[in-house]
Formats: sequence, structure tokens, C-alpha cells
Amino acid sequence: MSGALHFDPVRLPPECVRLRQEVREFLRDELDSGRRGRREAFNREFSRKVGAKGWIGMTWPQKYGGRGRSHLERYVVTEEFLAARAPVRLHFVADRQSGPVLLRYAPEHIKADLLPRICRGELCFCIGMSEPGSGSDLFAAKTRAVPTSGGFLVNGTKIWTSNAHQADYMLGLFRTSPPAADNRRHGLSQFLVDMKGPGIRINPIRQMSGEHDFNEVVFTDAFIPQDHLLGEIDGAWKQATSELAYERSGPERFLETLDVLVALVRLLGPQPDLRAAEGLGRLVAQLHTLRRMSVSVSGMLAAGAEPVVEGSIVKDLGTLWEQRLPARVRELAAFAPSDGAARESFDERLEFATLIAPKLTIQGGTTEVLRGIVARGLGLR
Amino acid sequence: MASPVTEAAQRIFADLADPQAVNRDAGGAWKAPLWRALEEAGLTLAWVPEALGGAGARLAEGFEVLAAAGRYALAAPLAETLLAGWLLARGGLAAPVGTMSLAPAQPGEPIVLDADGTLRGRARSVPFAPEAAHFAVLAQGATGAHIALVEARACKVAAGKNLAGDSLGEVFFDGTTVLAHASAKVDATELLLMGSTARAVQSAGALETLLELALRYAGERVAFERPIGRFQAVQHNLARLAGEASAALAASASAADAIERAERFDEGTFLEAAAAKIRCAEAAHEGAAIAHQVFGAIGYSQEHILHRFTLRLLAWREDFGNESLWAAELGRRVAERGADELWPLVAAR
Repeated sequence: MSGALHFDPVRLPPECVRLRQEVREFLRDELDSGRRGRREAFNREFSRKVGAKGWIGMTWPQKYGGRGRSHLERYVVTEEFLAARAPVRLHFVADRQSGPVLLRYAPEHIKADLLPRICRGELCFCIGMSEPGSGSDLFAAKTRAVPTSGGFLVNGTKIWTSNAHQADYMLGLFRTSPPAADNRRHGLSQFLVDMKGPGIRINPIRQMSGEHDFNEVVFTDAFIPQDHLLGEIDGAWKQATSELAYERSGPERFLETLDVLVALVRLLGPQPDLRAAEGLGRLVAQLHTLRRMSVSVSGMLAAGAEPVVEGSIVKDLGTLWEQRLPARVRELAAFAPSDGAARESFDERLEFATLIAPKLTIQGGTTEVLRGIVARGLGLR
Repeated sequence: MASPVTEAAQRIFADLADPQAVNRDAGGAWKAPLWRALEEAGLTLAWVPEALGGAGARLAEGFEVLAAAGRYALAAPLAETLLAGWLLARGGLAAPVGTMSLAPAQPGEPIVLDADGTLRGRARSVPFAPEAAHFAVLAQGATGAHIALVEARACKVAAGKNLAGDSLGEVFFDGTTVLAHASAKVDATELLLMGSTARAVQSAGALETLLELALRYAGERVAFERPIGRFQAVQHNLARLAGEASAALAASASAADAIERAERFDEGTFLEAAAAKIRCAEAAHEGAAIAHQVFGAIGYSQEHILHRFTLRLLAWREDFGNESLWAAELGRRVAERGADELWPLVAAR
């Protein structure tokens, strides 16, 4: 074993308690106004208001519109938004991963232009990784970026690209050289792509849940200026690893279906039968444990560690839990009242959670990929 | 970073409670020297303040020692003696030297302290009862909760064994004379969850060793011309085992930390301790099954040390209220608070 597993009991500092209260008050005002549908995920007005509160890019330097706040403070904001099912889709990806990549690899004039707009809740980003021939096997990507005068010409297709149809920019992974004989991860580079530019066609893909966030993005001689290359040419694989722990261990990896658990408690009422009480108790114990694991990883990240294995474990356990939650909750609700407002609301939430459950262990690294990463961390690969 | 207390404990376990040596020692000759060393190091009375004759260690340090004990699948009444000392200290009572256990050890078994200062009642599944010299008892007196110290030979003990073969017993109090008693502000829920957290911490330690053993074996054992750890199916099982060990570590460390910090045993502390017991019991079951699958037939043999870990993990699920009992109680409390209070309860930890 190449190192013991660490899950220290990190506690959120006092400033997080105050911030949480502030976020809850904001959400109460914004979400209880009844203006939005229950499944609404994308809302420009809402994202602008969140930006005005200073809760997008809040850990970034102030000169780029950030607030210089801690990662644990960001954790609190994120989990409160998720628990309330707030419509954060416009800014969530930019806040979590695109912004930090730009902060690290983009030239100064681009940072000065884009980061403050992200912080204001004005810009939506998407991630261009999967292709028709490569999903989990990221390094098989074939979409090419070929040098031309003043930049690159991109040709190829990205697929399953969430929010491409609403995004202002993409962070795309394109092939700039063939893989090296001794390193198949070599040859990919990361680019900032203006989605409004010429040569980009976006074809919608409807999901089985009835939602539309997937798209196919076709590039035909799409021009990307030289200064939109992010980081080292051919060396994108080196830039990915430290981002992953952030992407994988956050509260979005176990809170996606939380509302069915809350709806179950409402349905069961104050005196559930023994079977329901025991099942509910187990689910709450599991939820608490996942959250304590996730907070622990966030605390380690904030302290400058790179807990890649622990982060992958949190996503593996968390996504399987949130995926199984609708099924468990359905069983526990079987003998509860079969009509009334609480049942109607429960059934509606359960249906939606059941429809989205299959994707939870696929997006952002499948169960199988995560277990491979854990196995490597344990010294088995 | 391990504290000096934990390091001292680890050295003693490594020297005197090595799982291989213990597994070969059918007569139990390892027990007396181990206990002597633990007493000399002040570890058995770690949770007793110095003023009452103990070592006065912090609760967190005691839990760390128990995690280390779990990593050796220690089959001695160390957790029980620590818990008994802690309970006695809550009543301001000094702890005797020697092995102790505590009663009640299961929910719903009240013991009564009568006006004449004697005890009435019974306590089932008291861990290591047949090996204990004294019991610390939480009893209900006319004026509320009392802590009593009782000599084990003053009680009738029906001896039994748990799944791993460690002793336990049903203890009968029938007009039993006590050595000392005092009133205290502690209830059965707090006592049993303190015991449950001890078991959670021990289980997390045992799961850590289980993972270490399984990883080493998967790297050594060759089948189909390569180490079995090269097969993806085995790798994924080991990743799951690491996940279960991680969940147990996180839940138990969090509960121990919560108890260390708590000024009183409130709803948040209840959630932490009950959740640790529940999740560690689930991890025990999953983890033991995966480890046995990795080891195949050799792990099923008496000669191999694997069962010392897997059987204790399974047996510990039953102590101080099994996980189903605590899950039902946690579920009832969550339901009573109502839907809108679920997330705030979890997020406050």
C-alpha cells in the first residue's frame, strides 16, 4: 500500500456558520417566491444575483472579481445551493473547474476579461472532453487542432457536452500531436473556445429524463486564436490531475437526489412505523458519513494536499449512494399514505430522481474509472 | 500524527498481541503479560482523571488507543475497562486496578439501585463479563441516575462467547451489594453510544488492517500466471474494500471528535455516534465479505489470522445496541424533527 487513507475529522470554521445563515436567507427569499418550476436548473437572473452576493469564484483573487475566501466557505455555499435544488447550472461549471483552469493557465488579458464576468454570473462554460469514439478513455480523443496563421483550426466532434447550447465558452481537449510511443496520454492540449465563433454547430441530444442538457458539438475549420491555448502544448494530461480531486469530492457527488429523502420524511410524518424508521435512520447515517468524508477531503485540499485517492473514493461511494437513494426511499414509502399532498409531491420527486439515477455513476468519471484510480493509488497498478 | 499515548499502545500491541502469535496461542498465555504492560503504561485507566487514580488522558487519546487496538483485532477488555473508568469518573468514583466491564450493555435493560444501596436487574451481552474483576453500573435510584462500582464475584454471571470466541456474559444483580455509588448526570443512551463509538473506532482500525492484509496478499498470490491483484475484478473489489474502510474511518473519527468537543450529549452528538455505529457495522459486513473473497480458501482456515479480524468486525456489530436498533432510534428522531430540519441537522456537523 503506497500510503494510508486519511479522513481527518475536519470541522468547518465559525465564519462558515455565519455564511451558511446568509445563504439560507438568500435562498429562502429567492426560491420561495414561487416563480420557478421545480425542475428548473438554468436561470440567468438567479445566477446574476448569486454573482452579486459574491458567491461565484469566491476563492479567486479580488483583482479578478473574486473575494479571496476559503475553499471551505465555497463548500458551504455549494452544499446549501444543492440541498435547496437552486438553479445553478449557468455558473456551476465555470465556478468549479473552468475558472480555476483559466486562473492557472490563461494569459493575463484573458483572465482580466473573463474571470470578472464569471464572478458576476454572466458566463456559462461547458467541458469538451467526450467524443463519439472516446468517453471514459479520454486520451483516445481524435478532434484535431492544427496550427494555422495566428492560431489553430479545429475539426472533429465532441459529444455528451452538457450545456453546450447555453454556453459562452468551452474548455476543450483537442489533439495537437499523435500519442507518443511511450506515453499514450501525450499529444492533447487544452483550449478556450468561444462558442459563438464560426465553424461550430451544436446539435441537441434529448435525454431519457425528458431534459435537454446534452449536445453534440461539431467543429468545421473552427478558428482558435493562439492565446486561447491553455498551458503546455501536447501536455494537457499533466494539467488534469489536481483538478480532479476538486471535481470528484464535492457535495454535488452525493446530494443530487437528496430531495427524495426530505420528501420521504414529510410523507412518513412524525411517527413512522419501525421498518420505515430503521430504513430512514440508516440513510441518514450514510448521508452524514458521506458528508463528513467530503468535508474532510475539502479540508485537505484547502490545506494544500492532493488527496486523489480519497477524492475518488468519495465520488464512488457518493454517486452509488445517491443513485440507490430513490430505490431505497421507494421501498420505505410503500406502506405510507397513498394519497394527499405529501404523496403527490413525493411521487413527483421520486419519478424525477429515478429518471436521472442512471447518469449519476457515469458523469465526471464512471464507477469503473474511479475504482481504477483507487486501485492505482493502492499500488495495484 | 499519533500521540505519545497511542505510540506507547502500538508498541505494546506489536510486542505482546501480535495476531500471528495470539492465533497460535490456544491457551491464552499472551493475555496476562499484555494486561500487565497496558496497566504499567497507564493505558487501562486512560479515561480516569489523575485525581481519581487514572492517567487523565483526553477522550480523543483514548479513542486513538482503541483504533490501534482494532488494528490488532485485540481480544482483551481494554475498551470495556476504559469505558468503565469513564463511567465511574462521571460519578466522581475512583477506579480499581484490574479488568472491568460495564452494565447495562444493551438498550432497554434498566438496573435499579434500591434504597438500601443494593442493585436489582440484569444486563445481557456484557462484553468480557466472565473475565472482569469489577463492573461499573449505571443504575436508576430514587433520586435519578447513579453510578455504582460492583465486584464481579458479588454477581451471578452466565458465561457465553461472541461470534469471534471472545467471552461475554449475562450479569444478574439480585440485591447485590455495591462497593461505592454516587449520583451522576448520565443516561443509558449516552453510555451505550459511548460504547458504540468505541466499537466503531475499533472496527475502523480492524478494517484498515484488513485492507492492508488483502492488498499484500493480492500482490503475492499468483493465479493464472500473474498476481491476482493484476485482475481488474480483484482490483475493483479491493477499491470497494478501501471505500468501506474509508467510510468507517471517517464516521468513527468524526464521532470520537464530536464526543471530545461536546459540552453535553445533544442531538448532534447523538447523530454522530449513532451514525458511526450504523455505518461501521455496515462497513464491517461488506469489508469482511470482500476480504474473504480476496483470500479464498486460505483465509477460511483456522491457521490464518484473517478470521481474527473478520469475526471480531462482525461480532462488534452486536455490542452496545446493534446498528438496526440505533438506526430505528435515529430514524424516529429525524421524523419527529420533521422534513425541514433534516438537512440543517446534517449540515451542522
